[in-house]
Amino acid sequence: MDYYDILISVLGSTIRLSIPLIFTALAGLFSERAGVFDIGLEGKMLAAAFAAACMATFTGSAWAGLGAGIVVSVIFGLLHGFASITNRGNQIVSGVAINFLIAGLTVVLGQAWFGQGGRTPQLGADARFVPIILPGADAMRGVPIVGPLYANVISGNNILTYLAFLAVPISWWILYRTRFGLRLRAVGENPGAVDTAGISVTWLRYRALICAGILCGFSGTYLAIAQSAGFIANMSAGKGYIALAALIFAKWKPVPVMLSCLLFGFLDAFSNFMQGKSVPGIGEVPVQIFQALPYILTCILLAGFIGVAKPPKAGGVPYTKER
Amino acid sequence: MSTASVPLPNWINYGLIPLINLLLAFLVSGLVIWFIGQNPFDAFVSLVQGALGNGESISFTLFYATSFIFTGLSVAVAIHAGLFNIGSEGQAYIGGLGAALVALSLDRYVPWYVTMPFAMIGAALFGAAWAFIPAWMQAKRGSHIVITTIMFNFIGAPLMVFLLSHVLIVPGKQAAESRTFLEGGQLPKLDWLINIFGSSIGAAPLNVSFLIALVMCFLVWLLIWRTKLGYEMRTLGLSPTAAIYAGIPYARTVIIAMLISGGLAGMMALNPVMGAQARLGVEFVAGAGFVGIAVSLMGRNHPFGIILAAILFGILYQGGDSVSFDMPEINRDMIAMIQGLVILFVGALEYMLRPTFVRLYQLFGRA
Repeated sequence: MDYYDILISVLGSTIRLSIPLIFTALAGLFSERAGVFDIGLEGKMLAAAFAAACMATFTGSAWAGLGAGIVVSVIFGLLHGFASITNRGNQIVSGVAINFLIAGLTVVLGQAWFGQGGRTPQLGADARFVPIILPGADAMRGVPIVGPLYANVISGNNILTYLAFLAVPISWWILYRTRFGLRLRAVGENPGAVDTAGISVTWLRYRALICAGILCGFSGTYLAIAQSAGFIANMSAGKGYIALAALIFAKWKPVPVMLSCLLFGFLDAFSNFMQGKSVPGIGEVPVQIFQALPYILTCILLAGFIGVAKPPKAGGVPYTKER
Repeated sequence: MSTASVPLPNWINYGLIPLINLLLAFLVSGLVIWFIGQNPFDAFVSLVQGALGNGESISFTLFYATSFIFTGLSVAVAIHAGLFNIGSEGQAYIGGLGAALVALSLDRYVPWYVTMPFAMIGAALFGAAWAFIPAWMQAKRGSHIVITTIMFNFIGAPLMVFLLSHVLIVPGKQAAESRTFLEGGQLPKLDWLINIFGSSIGAAPLNVSFLIALVMCFLVWLLIWRTKLGYEMRTLGLSPTAAIYAGIPYARTVIIAMLISGGLAGMMALNPVMGAQARLGVEFVAGAGFVGIAVSLMGRNHPFGIILAAILFGILYQGGDSVSFDMPEINRDMIAMIQGLVILFVGALEYMLRPTFVRLYQLFGRA
């Protein structure tokens, strides 16, 4: 295998591994920009994956699966809102609770409905989002350099992959070019001012959590019925936390979110590739280094050694109207 | 009128409201069991019998509770200083390394009661070291401790896998674990304690670290409510600005609080590593660090409450096994769900019922 083929195959898996991160980190972007910390990203992703796999199993339709994933993820977003906005509970505690609740609930329901230890049955091709071959991909394959890149990296992904890359400019447009986005960002910095302007802080934050729920619905659906062919217990496996790290790494901005997700996806793809291979002069590089790298980078960033990551000012604080 | 500022008597605030929230969590769990076509009452009976039915099951329950007391105290100490330590899981994992290194180097030379104090120090030091970096980052660089401790959980896990599979692994073996400790590195079981009550411990790994956990509860109570440092931590927890104006050094107090918190989490490792498995393996913490969050919240961050809450979660963990054995349709993961509901109702929704109670109290309490 020559070096270019290796690069193409690593880039291909970089894309595949980045997609759930991009959706989830954008979800976190909406929520945290509105001043609500969302540790529950991991759980919402898992809930959506389970719902999508169940619905796809029952109806045989991938789109119905996506719908179910979104609905369930939004419901848990609203639960987070009920606890942390309406009842002014601790946002972190609420997020942790949702993660636990979903990790248990998905396996319990999965066992009760399918009796396969929490898995859902394997899905056929028609109940999944399958790779789309873009026009001309086969004809291009022979062209040097550009051909393999187009045929194997750009083409041959499923529709959710393209939607993820579309979601980035859309999120940017919503957050920076609409009135809703302006208010959403304002409520994360200074809810008091937004309240004084006669705009409901509560309703704005709920809407931000609904946006986050929709995006987590996409990422969970991608995990269960695009990347895999069914739900497996704990299949989000910490991706929600990586997305959180990516969000911080991107300093809460949409386009950097995409780039940092691609970076973390690349680290993951590269560590898979490096498994069992040795580097000349160094020897075998432990996979664990790549696994820990996103978190280490985020910590270094948070400590202010490579730029400053400034979170939205009102993040984590429930808003109380003055009494 | 807002009800948030109306004072309620302690027995309502710390007794009745958490109890009712707990009952709500169980009620919802029961509804889920009913929803999947099982009888919640049968599940409840099986759970209680499996956890408290005989000496052996009680010992298992207390074994789990021991780990949860340590991690619960760890979370509570940090919370008193206004720090939400989500990293107890990782600190306990790294603490296991400290305990194991002591056990591996001393077990052939000295009996367990000589090894134990050093292992305690080792576990606490390693756990504290793992909490130190997030603490330093919070105190000096202003990075959010919740995020950094989560990150450190994820840095610790691959680090331990690497050490276990490359450094501590027994040559010629496949499993990523250290060698088995000799008797000098194992904590003895508490047979005698169970024998007092005319029962037997059976196969349960309940061991001396249960007693250490109880001692730690007392020491934490002493620290928080009877020392200057504890006073400073609580002031910082209530209002960092007021604490700084009062001349309490912010950075120092944050770092010390987190070191104590991490040390307590690290000591949790004594229980599974030296008490039960007699070796260091992967994933031995098994979520106890996160259970500590629920335990601390339920126990209202008080050592006595933490003991009660830890025993409750011990019952859930031990009883959960028995439920999944008796009723195959119910998975062991039911416990994670119940735990999530407990954290949700007792922690995040703690203010939900308060206005109702204030109204009831104003109607009847003062008459």
